[in-house]
Amino acid sequence: MTVKICEMAFEPFVEIQNFQNQLALEGKFGATSIFIGTMRDFNEGDDVKAMTLEHYDGMTQKQLIKIIATAKAKWQILECLIVHRVGDILPNEPIVLVSVWSAHRGEAFDACRYLMEELKANAPFWKLEKLATNETRWVSKI
Amino acid sequence: MITLRYFASLRETLGRSSESLDIFEPHTILSIWQLANPDLALPENTLTAVNMDYVPRTHLVHDGDEVAFFPPVTGG
Repeated sequence: MTVKICEMAFEPFVEIQNFQNQLALEGKFGATSIFIGTMRDFNEGDDVKAMTLEHYDGMTQKQLIKIIATAKAKWQILECLIVHRVGDILPNEPIVLVSVWSAHRGEAFDACRYLMEELKANAPFWKLEKLATNETRWVSKI
Repeated sequence: MITLRYFASLRETLGRSSESLDIFEPHTILSIWQLANPDLALPENTLTAVNMDYVPRTHLVHDGDEVAFFPPVTGG
């Protein structure tokens, strides 16, 4: 179970491959569920040209580890990987990766969805958008 | 001494990201806010944490704690 906070752009499929390569799970997992969140160039009807992701270093990791522990108690998952970007981000760059390995698809799908929804609800990240007009605004909770 | 941390739009509103406060007895989160920010009511939607765990405004803060105030989170 791994949580990574990245200050630079990351390649989600490389992260997944590298993580899976170092797992000692050959023959044990039958399902891998993956969610990747990517920055759009529009939001709330406006063109967005960049974003800054702020976070509460330390609390972010602590909350994500708690979320993973809850998921492990609810579902039979073998492994999971969460990667989240912070700092300055451009459209089309990945923001978040959640990946879950399990024996069967049900656990992988359900745990991946749960981890992502709990991350959005509880992990202390905040998005500051820079619009095409150069105006900046904090993204508010929808 | 306790450490106060502010994040995102709340940090911008207050013009500071952290500060220290001496307390000589336990205070609630709300009381800590009022001591540190006497001219501003704690915004309704503010989330509060002590030592990096979410807590309600009635939670008692003790010497040595790190207290954080921040707006609703928008990650992912």
